[in-house]
Amino acid sequence: MIAALIFVISMAALLQFFFLHCRSILAYSGRVELSEHIREVTGLASQDVAAGDFERLVQLARLCPERGDDRKDIRIVGVYYRLLHAIGRATRWLIPSVAEWTDTERRGCSYFAAVALDRRISYSRDLFSQQVAEHL
Amino acid sequence: MMPGSYSMVVWIISALAEGFVVVCSLYRKNFLREIPINIYMLAAFAVTIGSAVCIYRYGFASRTYGYYYYYTDSLLTLLMFWVIIHFYQEVFKEMQVSRYVRRAAVLLLLATLFFSFLVVAHQSQDNWTNRFVIEIGQNLYFVGLVLTYLLWGTLLKLHESRMRLVQLVLALGVYFSASAGTYAFGNLFPGLYMPFLRYIPPMLGAWLPIAWAYTFTKVPGEARLSAGRLLARAR
Repeated sequence: MIAALIFVISMAALLQFFFLHCRSILAYSGRVELSEHIREVTGLASQDVAAGDFERLVQLARLCPERGDDRKDIRIVGVYYRLLHAIGRATRWLIPSVAEWTDTERRGCSYFAAVALDRRISYSRDLFSQQVAEHL
Repeated sequence: MMPGSYSMVVWIISALAEGFVVVCSLYRKNFLREIPINIYMLAAFAVTIGSAVCIYRYGFASRTYGYYYYYTDSLLTLLMFWVIIHFYQEVFKEMQVSRYVRRAAVLLLLATLFFSFLVVAHQSQDNWTNRFVIEIGQNLYFVGLVLTYLLWGTLLKLHESRMRLVQLVLALGVYFSASAGTYAFGNLFPGLYMPFLRYIPPMLGAWLPIAWAYTFTKVPGEARLSAGRLLARAR
């Protein structure tokens, strides 16, 4: 009886701590404003980034030269995104409020990917201008 | 607690991450300021090496290794309590209540030991030591989880904004809740230990040093993030 109680409480706490931990990684990117340039490049016209944009944005980010400091972050957020996606699909018909919540969270993941892409593009530009300057 | 390449790989990763946290701390000249974390990491490193030696000398299925595993695990959990107390002291730094936090934690520990003893004494007459060491493991992890949850609540209440502290506490919460859950599940279904549950503790052992190494490397000490903001976004 005690073991069952401990198990249930532990699993509830585990879910909460895991989600909060992932969200703390995402939180930093939430403060960053996306540049006009990245909106044009990716076709993100409105202020909000769609939940389903994550994979596309990550693929675009992978095409850019790596800054070397965001690869692990993208991987962790990718795991979180896929977990949310699975929960969202499983609960869409049974508990719509949970599905809505996962959509909001996935939008956060997509915004994170957009920020990573923005940083990588500006890094590529810096590299390019550095090389041009060296040749001149 | 398992032989083979899987546990070896996980142990090597754990040992590297544990060493990395200590080296990071030395590099930032914070070794003494974060002494509970460093002592825990050094002890975990020693336990990891000891596990490999113990299996090599006595074998995975030996009673010696069984005792080694459970007793060192409980010892590490006790050291982890010191880390939690350190976090509480960080949070309550300006309130001068360190002494009360320490006393409360020691009392809670003694109560846990006594409760575990009562449960085992009530349940079984034979194999007493084995039952006690498993019971104490489960209960210590659960008390650790409760303390971490209270710490998280305190961070929210006091509007703590040090992002590094917030991430360290959240990683600790994941570790304690997963460990307590695994122990409890093992207690409920002992038959599932060999085919399934034995893969989990080595992974959990690696999770904490990796998550903390990540936090110490990626999150600057001066980074700020309101703990409440994380919860607000969850709603």
